[in-house]
Amino acid sequence: MSVEILKEKYRSKVGEVVLGATSEQGGTRTNTVTLGGESTLPFLHFEGEVPNKPVVAMEVWDKRPDTWNQLFENYYGDVYDDPAEWAKKCVNEYGAEVITLRLQSADPETTDASPEECAENVKKVLQAVGVPLIVLGCGNNEKDNQVMPKVGEAAEGENLLLGVAEQENYKAITSACMAHGHNIIAQSPIDINICKQLNILILEMSQALANKIVIDPTVAALGYGIEYSYSIMERARLGALQGDKMLAMPTIGNIGMEVWKTKEANISEEEQPGWGELEERGLLWEASTAMVYLQSGINLLVMRHPRAVEITKSHIEDLMKDNSY
Amino acid sequence: MGLTGLEIYKHLPKTNCKECGSPTCLAFAMALAGGKASLDQCPYVSEEAKEALDSAAAPPIKLVKIGTGDNVVEIGDETELFRHDKKFFHPTGIAVQIKDTDDVAKEAEKFDQLEFERVGLELVTDMVAVINDSGDGSKFKEAVETVASKTNKAMVLVSEDVDAMSQALEAVADRNPLVYAATEDNYEKMTELAKSKECPLGVKGKDLNHLAELSQKITDLGYKELVLDSGARETSQVIADMTQMRRQAIKKKFRPFGFPTIAFTSKESPQEEILQAGAYVSKYASIVSLKASEKQQLLPLVSWRLNLFTDPQKPIQVEAGLYAVGEVNENSPVYVTTNFSLTYFIVQGEVENSRIPSYILCIDTGGISVLTAYADNKFDGEIIAKKMKENDLESKVNHKKIVIPGGVAVLKGSLEDESGWEVMVGPREAAGIPKFAKENFA
Repeated sequence: MSVEILKEKYRSKVGEVVLGATSEQGGTRTNTVTLGGESTLPFLHFEGEVPNKPVVAMEVWDKRPDTWNQLFENYYGDVYDDPAEWAKKCVNEYGAEVITLRLQSADPETTDASPEECAENVKKVLQAVGVPLIVLGCGNNEKDNQVMPKVGEAAEGENLLLGVAEQENYKAITSACMAHGHNIIAQSPIDINICKQLNILILEMSQALANKIVIDPTVAALGYGIEYSYSIMERARLGALQGDKMLAMPTIGNIGMEVWKTKEANISEEEQPGWGELEERGLLWEASTAMVYLQSGINLLVMRHPRAVEITKSHIEDLMKDNSY
Repeated sequence: MGLTGLEIYKHLPKTNCKECGSPTCLAFAMALAGGKASLDQCPYVSEEAKEALDSAAAPPIKLVKIGTGDNVVEIGDETELFRHDKKFFHPTGIAVQIKDTDDVAKEAEKFDQLEFERVGLELVTDMVAVINDSGDGSKFKEAVETVASKTNKAMVLVSEDVDAMSQALEAVADRNPLVYAATEDNYEKMTELAKSKECPLGVKGKDLNHLAELSQKITDLGYKELVLDSGARETSQVIADMTQMRRQAIKKKFRPFGFPTIAFTSKESPQEEILQAGAYVSKYASIVSLKASEKQQLLPLVSWRLNLFTDPQKPIQVEAGLYAVGEVNENSPVYVTTNFSLTYFIVQGEVENSRIPSYILCIDTGGISVLTAYADNKFDGEIIAKKMKENDLESKVNHKKIVIPGGVAVLKGSLEDESGWEVMVGPREAAGIPKFAKENFA
């Protein structure tokens, strides 16, 4: 019996965004990374194109992360105080395809580093590794709005991905991206309408950012409302395929940051014997969260645990194999 | 899935003989569609029409039950491709494998301990798959008996050898296990065996086309308690096949695929298996069978299953009440929020981040968020004050200060009047809690 394969015909596809620039392109990256471009739902190679595999970025801070779980000492303890070495280790030893540098040192509540110091940290990391770079602020809007223009300027030509723009605070970072040719993360709080609205606002400021927006729809960790963000992302992707241009951007998720806040990734086996060994539980909590969002169409995953990164990358290789009939 | 009157009418004789009691065939068709008549009232309906109507009235994917008593696993009977369109109904069965060449008693005991408690819910691995790895019938039977004596969970018996399966079923047919699998080579005998023991039957094809053929042959033999396996073992192909089977069944009512499905992981490393299994849970597998057997490995998988199969229309709720975050004492701050799980977990996470042990008073708003609950009069001064009393806050802390979400700052006055406590207006977004806490409580 020959089964007639059912293929959906979508009207549109996800746009492509390129991160990084090589020396020919005016930067210093050894390679660039292209996100997006799918003309079907995740990994349905039999009915459409999935031209670029999802990419795993690893998270580096520009100051010792006191809030991270103790177990990360084993991997990063020797490089915590040097973001350049830390980034190098992620790329060379742990296979990071992109580095996410969080400028935590800028936090006015703690070290309050100046915008110039932050820009210097970005340059150090750019010199240390050849992969494209994502740069995130410390989370204090006022401060980030001073830092991002300096970072954008210092790294002109490198085609960074800068974040984050939010509905109530997008102008400074949009200007920085516009003026210095970087990509921008548009973050919305698990809400399709705000997601679209923010993209409209950014593009009203600058049409030049048309193929330079990456959506951060906000991800929840497994067990903490993940099904909600999963469905939002799935619906947004369907919208993109059906022709909604304001949803047709690649997506990013801060997996590591969300997961390593949870009880499941932090409570010891002694305290919770029913849950089994802590480190394997934590890293699987992180990799499983990544796995879930891969099925809803995520393009760029920001992660922390080296083994979680390793198995997620291997899972992506498996998902990228052709399954045409 | 119901048919419309007109769709039914097409299959009727259209003679308007009135013998069914309805004035016309069309009226009879309408009565049928409304469930007010039954097809056997028509003496002239053809066998073909009967079959067409019966099959059209059947659900797109059959419900199949495996196991007995409290441990029955119900699979299939799904109607959606996306959970946001309605919901997914029957959670994927997670079947941990035990080989008949393992230390079966030990493995079975360990399996039976696999129960987890998370956010007040009990999570379990609900199935055990016994594999005839030895190729020996009596050894398989012995293993199956041992497993049955150690756990009441639903069983999957894995052997393509009809004799071995027959021996195993002598021991455990009354447990209603899934007989896996009928193949090209054994399907006549395997079907007869499963049918005679009234046990559900796994059907393993070589690919989608072959599976459709085999499924048709087995239903032609009169057996419809089936669970399908396209035979694919590579992650990407399994996802494609599962997607096709679900689409064909739901969108085209393609009968050979109108049954629940089973997938087997192929990865050697248990950690990689968990990701593979999780992807299959996401993409339509009714049962996933895997080797991983440690608690810390299975907890993420059963948690994802729980999350995926929740009803998107019904927000998940946290049990209302007073929660302690960290080592609280009589000086600890008190926050108040709603019991919409997303809201609660975000607030809880940020309170943890503040590193100041605190209480969170979680108010039952029927699982809706702060602003929605406020608009719906489920989160006001009176209600919060009442819950403060019920949870005996006065004896828990020696201050009289409570923090309300910034979005409902307007409640400050009424809550102060109702409770007599000082009401502090917190940040609008939970992300502001650590800063707020530092400024006010550090």
